[in-house]
Amino acid sequence: MSVFNQSRKNVVILVITGIFVIIFAQLINLQLFSSKYKIDADNQGIFRKVIYPDRGIVFDRKGRAILQNTTIYDLMVIPGKIKGTDTATLLSILNIDSAEFHKRIIAAIIKNKSYRASVFEPLLSNEKMAKLSENLYKLAPGYFMQERSVRDYPFEAGGNIFGYLGEVDSNILKNPLYEGYVMGDYIGRAGLERTYEKVLMGQRGIEFWKRDNKNRLTEPLEDGKFDTVAVAGKNMYTAIDIELQALGEKLMQNKLGSIVAVDPKTGGILAMVSSPTYQPKLLTGADRKKHYAELLLSPAKPLFNRSVTATYSPGSTFKTLQALVGLHEGVINTSFTVSCGGAFYGCGGGKPMRCLDYGTFDLRNAIRMSDNTYFATVMQRVINNPKYPNIDSSLAVWDRYMYAFGLGHKLGIDVPSEKPGNIPSPKYFNKIYGPGKWNYCSFRSVSIGQGEVLTTPIQTANEMAYIANKGWYKIPHLVDSIEEGDEFDMLSKFKEKHSALNIDDSVFEAVHDGMQWVVERGTGAGAKVPGIVICGKTGTVENYYRGVKQPNHAFFCGFAPRDNPKIAIMCVVENSGRFGGTYAAPIVGLMIEKYLNDTIAKKREAIVQKFEKLNLIPPRIYKEMKTVDSMLHAKDSAYLIAKGYITLIRDTMEVDKTDEEAILDELKKDKDKQKKDSGDKKIKINTEAILPNEKKKTETIITDTLND
Amino acid sequence: MNPKNPSISKGIDWLVVVLYFSLALIGLLCIFSVEYKTTDGLQSIFGFKKEYSKQLFFLMGSTVVAIFILLTDSKLFTATANLGYVVGLLLILSTFVIGKEVGGSKSWIPLGFMNIQPVEVCKIFTSLALAKYFSMPDTDFRKSRSQLIAAAIAFAPAILSVLQKEPGAAIVYFSFGIAFYREGLPAIYLVVFFSLAILIVASIVVPPNILFIALTIIAAMFIYLYKRKIKRNRNILFIIAGAWLMSVGVQKFLVPALFEKVLKPHQVVRILATFGIDDYKFKSPERTAEIKREFAKLGTAKNKPGEKVESYNVKQSKIAIGSGGFWGKGFLQGTQTRGDFVPAQNTDFIFSSLGENFGFIGCSVLMLLYFGLMIRIIIIAERQRSTFSRVYAYCVAGILFFHVALNVCMTLGLAPSPGITLPLLSYGGSSLLTFTILIFILIKLDADRQMVLR
Repeated sequence: MSVFNQSRKNVVILVITGIFVIIFAQLINLQLFSSKYKIDADNQGIFRKVIYPDRGIVFDRKGRAILQNTTIYDLMVIPGKIKGTDTATLLSILNIDSAEFHKRIIAAIIKNKSYRASVFEPLLSNEKMAKLSENLYKLAPGYFMQERSVRDYPFEAGGNIFGYLGEVDSNILKNPLYEGYVMGDYIGRAGLERTYEKVLMGQRGIEFWKRDNKNRLTEPLEDGKFDTVAVAGKNMYTAIDIELQALGEKLMQNKLGSIVAVDPKTGGILAMVSSPTYQPKLLTGADRKKHYAELLLSPAKPLFNRSVTATYSPGSTFKTLQALVGLHEGVINTSFTVSCGGAFYGCGGGKPMRCLDYGTFDLRNAIRMSDNTYFATVMQRVINNPKYPNIDSSLAVWDRYMYAFGLGHKLGIDVPSEKPGNIPSPKYFNKIYGPGKWNYCSFRSVSIGQGEVLTTPIQTANEMAYIANKGWYKIPHLVDSIEEGDEFDMLSKFKEKHSALNIDDSVFEAVHDGMQWVVERGTGAGAKVPGIVICGKTGTVENYYRGVKQPNHAFFCGFAPRDNPKIAIMCVVENSGRFGGTYAAPIVGLMIEKYLNDTIAKKREAIVQKFEKLNLIPPRIYKEMKTVDSMLHAKDSAYLIAKGYITLIRDTMEVDKTDEEAILDELKKDKDKQKKDSGDKKIKINTEAILPNEKKKTETIITDTLND
Repeated sequence: MNPKNPSISKGIDWLVVVLYFSLALIGLLCIFSVEYKTTDGLQSIFGFKKEYSKQLFFLMGSTVVAIFILLTDSKLFTATANLGYVVGLLLILSTFVIGKEVGGSKSWIPLGFMNIQPVEVCKIFTSLALAKYFSMPDTDFRKSRSQLIAAAIAFAPAILSVLQKEPGAAIVYFSFGIAFYREGLPAIYLVVFFSLAILIVASIVVPPNILFIALTIIAAMFIYLYKRKIKRNRNILFIIAGAWLMSVGVQKFLVPALFEKVLKPHQVVRILATFGIDDYKFKSPERTAEIKREFAKLGTAKNKPGEKVESYNVKQSKIAIGSGGFWGKGFLQGTQTRGDFVPAQNTDFIFSSLGENFGFIGCSVLMLLYFGLMIRIIIIAERQRSTFSRVYAYCVAGILFFHVALNVCMTLGLAPSPGITLPLLSYGGSSLLTFTILIFILIKLDADRQMVLR
């Protein structure tokens, strides 16, 4: 019948074939030539779960764990599953009202949807934890506990040493030094945590998980074929004596300033107090951000590590070094004497430098009585030594001594944010006064540690170690050894002896004599400890804040015992008024006693208590605190941070930046070296970039100085 | 049973049977890969709780039905064709009363262990009724009366289906056009049909004024080309002018009217999303707002400027298939399938799980199986001596072709998604049973091809 239409079969087959060809073309397009879909699929279907290993534990010199990890629990909630649970019990345990409860549930739903777990109450206290675990059966399955590891500080001391962990920010993410970190990771932001980030962090593990359309993890991808295992951070052994540290913090309570104690033989830092300090645990846990903002805004700058970042004029403590230079240069000898007639007249007119003790002094007595005229004369002799053709070269010689003592440059310690301090160079004076238009009298106050010279407490402590060792030091450092070896070669530089000058032992003996007398019958009598021969030197430093003269800083530095020095120490109490001997010397004495005798004599406990209660914080700080407090009350602290009310702390951050920039520049230089043929120009620019920065001008204005 | 042929296997086209079971088993595998969780034990396979378990039982049931069909006399089908058709229509009508709502359309009859969609099942009855009608001696398909009756048989269930808000199922009834064409439907119908289809697509894609100018230019060109013939016969001019007028009418009024008033917002959005259009101008502001909402609901927002809009379902389907690559990710290894990223992956989007797990190779094998099945059915059709069997075979081929082409094109983002299952693969007893009956009636008819059926 319809057989005549049989040829139409071919048309039908053709149409079917045509459509199948189109389908095949699209399959080829999608599956063979579009990489986009593969990427899209991986992005939405695979979750890269980072497994954070426990950070390394830090031990002190006696093997006590001073920085470790502890497990803490978060109460988690899955809002979609809480129907029918006993909310009243939960509210009474957590001590919150139902309005707060609803607020948190809504926040959880907004953040993670109702079918995924969110933190309901982070970092439960032990008490809440105990109550909750008893009642957990009433709360399941909507609520459960999730453990997490946080830093723990068994001795509640050393906040400035350990630093803290913080979330990485965009600056860190941009920095090639911190490759591999992602948003939300924690990283050491200060102190040991920062310097030894690589060591403490260990190696993060990665697990690949499949996840579903609601972003829940379902199962490991191909049974974990691509996963890497997390490796725990390494433990570190430090030179810290945590009890000494705690004592230092106690003594410095209610004072601004710093104590740095170093083992002169090893360079190991025994204690490093920066006051005011903070309880390190404030910067872990739930209220971390709130506490951080408070610390950041405090005018007393508790986050600012004064031991390495604050620079002070060293004051009279500097005189010991002048004695070394004078003796080694041969411009004086131990029996050389100078008379003080009320002031230093070596520069003729102008404002004279006063000295308080009238009389004639030899070296030992000049150190003992901290005679200004004597050391002004010594330095004058060094600078005006006819051996050198001009003042440029003689000052350069003097500078070289200072650099050899570890001043004027960063020591390279393992604490971040170290400042270089300042030693004035001929170049600097040429710039200020013009070449040839300046002489010793232009900077004579440098001889007694005022004026253009600036040092950090750690530099001063190191200088004491240098004197104690009779001519060498090792770079001060916190960490002595790392478990399983120093993989990143971070410690070898601390093993080297630095002894650039070959100063005769007899020269040191003379200075030691003077320093011993300081404590025994001089300006530093307050440091005296029965049974221990202490060498010390006081200092009283004039200082200005925004052009207004402030009460003097009290300094004391020294080492003990004289014959076999085991501790080199420095203490500064800012704006304490009075003399260095009054406040700083007793603190140093107690610290030395504690370290050498391991305990403080019963009858001297009273001094500890006296200092614990002594409040030397200048009124200026209290005034500023009030304004900050009112700001805090007026506005949320987070808002203040966002608005940039945190200029105070910027100082420290800036230092960090330059540190990193210097490393980056070096990296860049290395790279440029590799492609040398690209021309010399680039290399030149980069070498300039890493030259020491000399344009910074000292802020402290010095007019007149006092003896101790 | 024919006493001369004691064995029921006599004359059976085994190739079709093998293809049928291959496809059904691939379907089971795909459903399993979508639904299986690592916590599922062995009992879940036979537990009739999980969909792969249910589908396994559906397949067993379908096999039983298939054997029954092979055991019947093929005369039964010709005898009951018209009656069956009426029953089918009544079934569809009954859903208006006792229908169960599944996925927004009240077109299902619940049977307890499974749901039956009469529109789906009615394809069988319609095919048989059409075969019956064509095989009647007084049918002359060159006459418009016969054409109208055939069209009425074919589209009556489709119209009911549209009334049930299940337009996707209705589209499949156009597949009978293939059988009509084979039986002598003048080619002009197909030309007009395809022209209309192209015109509608063009009305959506091309801005209205440009399309109007283009249509006018085409009309003018025809007039120029046929100017000699027009001189001889004025009617040609009128035909061209009429065609132009019709086209403009479709373009300016019919399509906008469809978009503005007739189609549901989600349907409009599906169509627009297929063409990657998100700036279609609607006249009424309410409609504009509705469509905007619908776009947002479907998650069709553009990811990046310059990127085309895509409905969430189609985008996920393309990601799953595209990420399969050449070899696929392996059975149960597809991250998109395991993560439930593709909606309705057991039913309408089953092809995407195959694409992800078995890649281009798997898709190619499946498409070749379908292609082979269709070609085989056409070969079977052409060897029939009775018109009834031939027409029926073409109906089956057409239904299969429409289902496969529309479903696969939808999952690949080539066509709007009308909600059509992939034959023998998609989860669902109704769909599997329908195709089983369709195919096994064909096998039975073919086995008895020596008989002349009317």
